[in-house]
Amino acid sequence: MALDAKIPQGEMDKKWSDYKGHVKLVNPANKRKLEIIVVGTGLAGASAAASLGELGYKVKAFCFQDSPRRAHSIAAQGGINAAKNYQNDGDSVFRLFYDTVKGGDYRAREANVHRLAEVSTAIIDQCVAQGVPFAREYGGLLSNRSFGGTQVQRTFYAAGQTGQQLLLGAYSALERQISLGNVEMFSRHEMLDVVTIDGKARGIIARDLTTGKTERHFGHAVLLCSGGYGNVFYLSTNAMGSNVTAAWKAHKKGAYFGNPCFTQIHPTCIPVSGDHQSKLTLMSESLRNDGRIWVPKAKGDNRAPKDIPEIERDYYLERRYPAFGNLVPRDVASRAAKERCDEGYGVGTTKMAVYLDYKDAIMRYGKIEASKHGMVSPDDKTVFNLGKQVVEEKYGNLFEMYEKITGENPYETPMRIYPAVHYTMGGLWVDYELQTTVPGLYALGEANFSDHGANRLGASALMQGLADGYFVIPYTLGNYLADDIRTSSIPTDHPAFEAAEKEVTDRLNRLMNIKGKQTVESFHKRLGRIMWDECGMARSEKGLKQAISQIQDLKKEFWSDVRIPGDINEFNSELDKAGRVADFIELGELMCIDALNRNESCGGHFREESQTEDGEAKRDDENYRYVAAWENIGDSEWQLHKEELNFEIVKPSQRSYK
Amino acid sequence: MEHYHMNLTLKVWRQKNNQSKGNFETYQVKNISSEMSFLEMFDVLNEQLIVEGKEPIAFDHDCREGICGMCSMYINGQAHGPWQQNTTCQLHMRAFKDGDTIVVEPWRSTAFPVVKDLVVNRSSFDRIIQAGGYISVNTGNAVDANAIPIDKKDADDAFMAAACIGCGACVATCKNGSAMLFVGAKVSQLALLPQGGPERESRVLNMVAQMDKEGFGNCTNTYACEAECPKGISVANIARLNSEYLKAGLSSEEA
Repeated sequence: MALDAKIPQGEMDKKWSDYKGHVKLVNPANKRKLEIIVVGTGLAGASAAASLGELGYKVKAFCFQDSPRRAHSIAAQGGINAAKNYQNDGDSVFRLFYDTVKGGDYRAREANVHRLAEVSTAIIDQCVAQGVPFAREYGGLLSNRSFGGTQVQRTFYAAGQTGQQLLLGAYSALERQISLGNVEMFSRHEMLDVVTIDGKARGIIARDLTTGKTERHFGHAVLLCSGGYGNVFYLSTNAMGSNVTAAWKAHKKGAYFGNPCFTQIHPTCIPVSGDHQSKLTLMSESLRNDGRIWVPKAKGDNRAPKDIPEIERDYYLERRYPAFGNLVPRDVASRAAKERCDEGYGVGTTKMAVYLDYKDAIMRYGKIEASKHGMVSPDDKTVFNLGKQVVEEKYGNLFEMYEKITGENPYETPMRIYPAVHYTMGGLWVDYELQTTVPGLYALGEANFSDHGANRLGASALMQGLADGYFVIPYTLGNYLADDIRTSSIPTDHPAFEAAEKEVTDRLNRLMNIKGKQTVESFHKRLGRIMWDECGMARSEKGLKQAISQIQDLKKEFWSDVRIPGDINEFNSELDKAGRVADFIELGELMCIDALNRNESCGGHFREESQTEDGEAKRDDENYRYVAAWENIGDSEWQLHKEELNFEIVKPSQRSYK
Repeated sequence: MEHYHMNLTLKVWRQKNNQSKGNFETYQVKNISSEMSFLEMFDVLNEQLIVEGKEPIAFDHDCREGICGMCSMYINGQAHGPWQQNTTCQLHMRAFKDGDTIVVEPWRSTAFPVVKDLVVNRSSFDRIIQAGGYISVNTGNAVDANAIPIDKKDADDAFMAAACIGCGACVATCKNGSAMLFVGAKVSQLALLPQGGPERESRVLNMVAQMDKEGFGNCTNTYACEAECPKGISVANIARLNSEYLKAGLSSEEA
């Protein structure tokens, strides 16, 4: 099948408005007859379900957590970008578009990114109207800060809890639609298959995680808003329950998977402390606004950070990238930290960490405050305390979180940080309308591949999730459903539902009947180790080939020796987890295959074979200027389809932040 | 920071499902690192149970960074354990010492029935939000975000109230099983913002009515909720809830 991205004709900045002006509409009476399934209730899912409910569609929403408010969007800290230009610092839709395409290392689809930048401003308006309490200045207007990969201040925030506030806004809109009867909510439910009839997505098989019973649900269309798959690495900043299962089942039913190897390793996370570690915690990128990153200039310097004089510190980001300094994009900052640690300059007990230091920022803010209060030559302690208050207001919850985890006070001693898996730019391949290669099956938010290329800029995930849910899907879905108004609800005793449910229950039975010796967790940890070592921050042909064969062996071992206690028809977290890990193992193999195929470095994907003399990522536009969309054609078998990327506006060049 | 290892005795509430009667079971865990989180210690215990052929303990958890509100353990008689302004997932084992006995129970409240072991059903909170915890603004209706300036103090206070993670510790810790802090936080957030104005009265009346219907108790001002709240939500929000409720009640009677 040839891939058609369905990009509208015309000038880049007119495409979306032209599309909206000509798109097919569904009249209100017909909307009431059309049913839509939404899987996942994070920013993309909650905003989509709420907006479609408002339009009058009959929506069913599903989440595996006990409430839609728990989705992992809630943990996003730093902020959300929008081209409002409230700061009068030269921002515009074009600049946000340009920064995102460049930040993504020229592996994103221009038309999608332009639309994202266009709708970004309406998102902020919508959230404020919902009562989202963004940070404000004394004049009562909204405050902004900067994020990596940009030279303007376009990030809106609510302390270090922006994701929480945005999600609660979308959640409240969703709850309102539930109370009005437009949305039916299924919490503690997990989607375990997509049902297709005559080639179109017509529903899902879900499992009630409290009773263990499988259920059939019909929908004229199915929207997957199920997030990313960073947990394939076992250790990541994702929530424990975040998984690829919904997207993977869709993939097995015909949806192509786009750029699966594009993973974002976030530079500022709390380092691993030991084998017991179950997850990693992010320290928001916003901290790089004010914090300075450094390591000692001498190898193996074991002095306490406060005992290392200024002259003996290497602020390596400021040294290597003077134009952007500590605010280089995430992929660049992560590789630079790895490089210093690999060379033996790392700090802390494991030596796999660098310092993120707030001393200078605290003193700088302190001086401003002292001068505001008319203090003449205040002593250092007074300045420090004044500055500490400012930093506390901006980042207080992050500093507290750091202290809870490490037991160290980051106001007094610099934080130790190291890169960790955070986000996946890859995902289900979608066209301009967010439709996958299966008609009627859509993917929104992190679950799709579309907007961030090979590296996502900070504060852009929240923007994309809400753009897709509030402002894109309500238009594009109508274009599909307008042709479906004559299709009445298909009863769920249809053979296709029966077959799909049988497939699901057979698999559950098969898992339960293995009755082996090793725990699900132990398999997940081993998979994570392979992925981190060979498909993490640096990848090579040799390592990837080895990883593929290790994963194939692990898969066999899993299906012959995993131990799952309890029964199917009850609350059984181990069974839930086993299904997810089984899917992660298959995905891991595909990620390595994709990474092996892409013999270039771009964004977060760093092939050791493809680097510049000074160790920067070297793209190969001649051979790899495409989206790799993988079709599953059998057990461990995939076929590659290419979507060529044409850059009409932003001409690809070697990305430089120097 | 000095790290150490410890052996512990755990007494954990086990309950097969909503219908069955539960009981405490005692477990030993060994060689627990002070650097582990409390839930990582539970991971160790569960792995041990699975290897021994027993059923692991069911507990709710997801983000493990103190923001999703899913984790919910009553530890040694305190919601989320001994640390102040902290969730179970952020509690670390350096809070305990070698030889300690730790008692772990689920949230206990009429409005939060036990699902299994330490897992409870908190959907009553969602239904309270459904009753009015929102501003009725359909997608696309909004004016420019800077069209309405908001006093920074009101915006900050609204944010402090909105920081509630909906975990239910306030209810679990209250001798009356009251949800006034949870409801007060949402009512306050929206009452402090001009956008919340038009529905101010109906919101508070409907949310309180739903709260009563769900079987939550009354507030008798012991402030245990504030003391145990992982996000430090202030009881001033309960005072605001009371005043909003009173005002709304008066004006609705006039009408």
